[in-house]
Amino acid sequence: MTLLAATLAPRAASGLLGGRVGERVGEQAAAVDAGTEPRCYSRLVNEWFCWDYVRDYRPEILDATVQHLLITLAAVLLGLVIAFPLALLARRYPRLESTILGVSTGLYTVPSIALFPLLVPFTGLSATTVVIGLALYALTILVRALLEGLRAVPEDVREAARGLGYGAGRLLLRVELPLAVPVLVAGLRVATVSTVALTTVGSLVSYGGLGNLIRDGVQGNFRAELMTAAVLCVALAVLLDVLLVLVQRAATPWTRGRQGQGASA
Amino acid sequence: MRVLQDAWRYLTDASSWTGDGGMLALLAEQLLLTAGALGIAVLVGLPLALWLGHVGRGGFLAINITNVGRAVPTFALLALLVTADPWGWTGDLFPGTATLGPFGRGGAATLVALALFALPPIITNAYTAVREVPAEVREAARGMGMNGWQVFRRAEWPLALPLVASGVRLALVQVWATATIAALVAGPGLGRVITDGFFRTQYGKGIAGALVVAAVALVLELLAAGVQRAVTPPGAAGNAGAASPGRSRRTSPDAPTVGP
Repeated sequence: MTLLAATLAPRAASGLLGGRVGERVGEQAAAVDAGTEPRCYSRLVNEWFCWDYVRDYRPEILDATVQHLLITLAAVLLGLVIAFPLALLARRYPRLESTILGVSTGLYTVPSIALFPLLVPFTGLSATTVVIGLALYALTILVRALLEGLRAVPEDVREAARGLGYGAGRLLLRVELPLAVPVLVAGLRVATVSTVALTTVGSLVSYGGLGNLIRDGVQGNFRAELMTAAVLCVALAVLLDVLLVLVQRAATPWTRGRQGQGASA
Repeated sequence: MRVLQDAWRYLTDASSWTGDGGMLALLAEQLLLTAGALGIAVLVGLPLALWLGHVGRGGFLAINITNVGRAVPTFALLALLVTADPWGWTGDLFPGTATLGPFGRGGAATLVALALFALPPIITNAYTAVREVPAEVREAARGMGMNGWQVFRRAEWPLALPLVASGVRLALVQVWATATIAALVAGPGLGRVITDGFFRTQYGKGIAGALVVAAVALVLELLAAGVQRAVTPPGAAGNAGAASPGRSRRTSPDAPTVGP
């Protein structure tokens, strides 16, 4: 037991690991005591891919994945909600366009790991900080996508709609936005996939979803945890990307048949 | 808002800049890392992408490498590289927390991760740049009796240069950002100040570090934009945005593609 305490002490001193590493070491000692095979995620074996880890830690992994998903969705939605009026403003007043695009591109230049701390004085160590930060990044992509999408609407379509008595609002909602969907979705895909990846950085303020597991994995040299979280991140990104493609196909039945527009940015 | 005062105090305190582990040393370290990784990525990625563009093959690779790069979290890749000892024989370089000369703790792992993340924008832009050189220009060059190398050197390269430069610029900004994240896992660079501050609940320090990182990012972006403008021949400015069919004029002609 003294040996165990000695191996635990320096890790406990780093102060960031919580109880889990201790738990893992204890478990391993128990396994050794009982003379059974140690788990593949135990400190002795420490395999990269370990199904036992996924099974034994399922609640924790599930929580992290759900948090990751919620943060990503909230950030992209918030980005979209802000991007919409900005894009309309930029289209209406061309003079504002370069300002809006310039400011959002400037924000994009700031590394995420620097942006989160800058938001902390206002929103504290909370999920809000991460969501706002990520929304600002998504915003840059979405404003451009919306602008380009609306511009791609042919002028004669607009004329025809006006001729049919469409007012500005109805024209936007019923004609322009639906036609802008392919370009908008292309932007949404880019924004969503990069937001999934960026959410991990939120572990700086302890709201990083799977990023929290990655951080703990690095600090505790817990390979199964690290690899599982990384794989889940990529899987989540791919899943959301596929979902968006399906949404687009459902929303734009008229584009089927003339495939290969190559709308992706 | 106490933390903002703390941050200001940390920034104006000379002792936080100087000495071993001071912000100046970390800044130099991170600039070195950024330049090194960008250099590696340019040396590896640019010739490959230009050649692929010249012969007109591998478009699938050039497009999809960006999408893959976007989906893999920088943080996860860094974490994997730092934790891994993939072949066992890498000795001092891996596991990645080992110190590599002036690149600091975890230098090798960080350099590899940064270079990998710099490749997608460089490859995609350079490939697109060469592909988008009008076919008639290429034909004309060939008609004048130029061989393949001359066509590339005298016709394709000058026309592709602005877009190539915009790819390198994107990569630069991205590498700087990624280098900051490296501190979250390994240790080199200015991100260290941020993570130290946060993990030891000295938020003022963390915010001060963030301010420096953000300021340098903006300066790098402006410098790179200046260089890009310098290599863009007058009148060709519209061509520089060819990768993203945007219509923005004076502002950066390229939509940001990826970025941590």
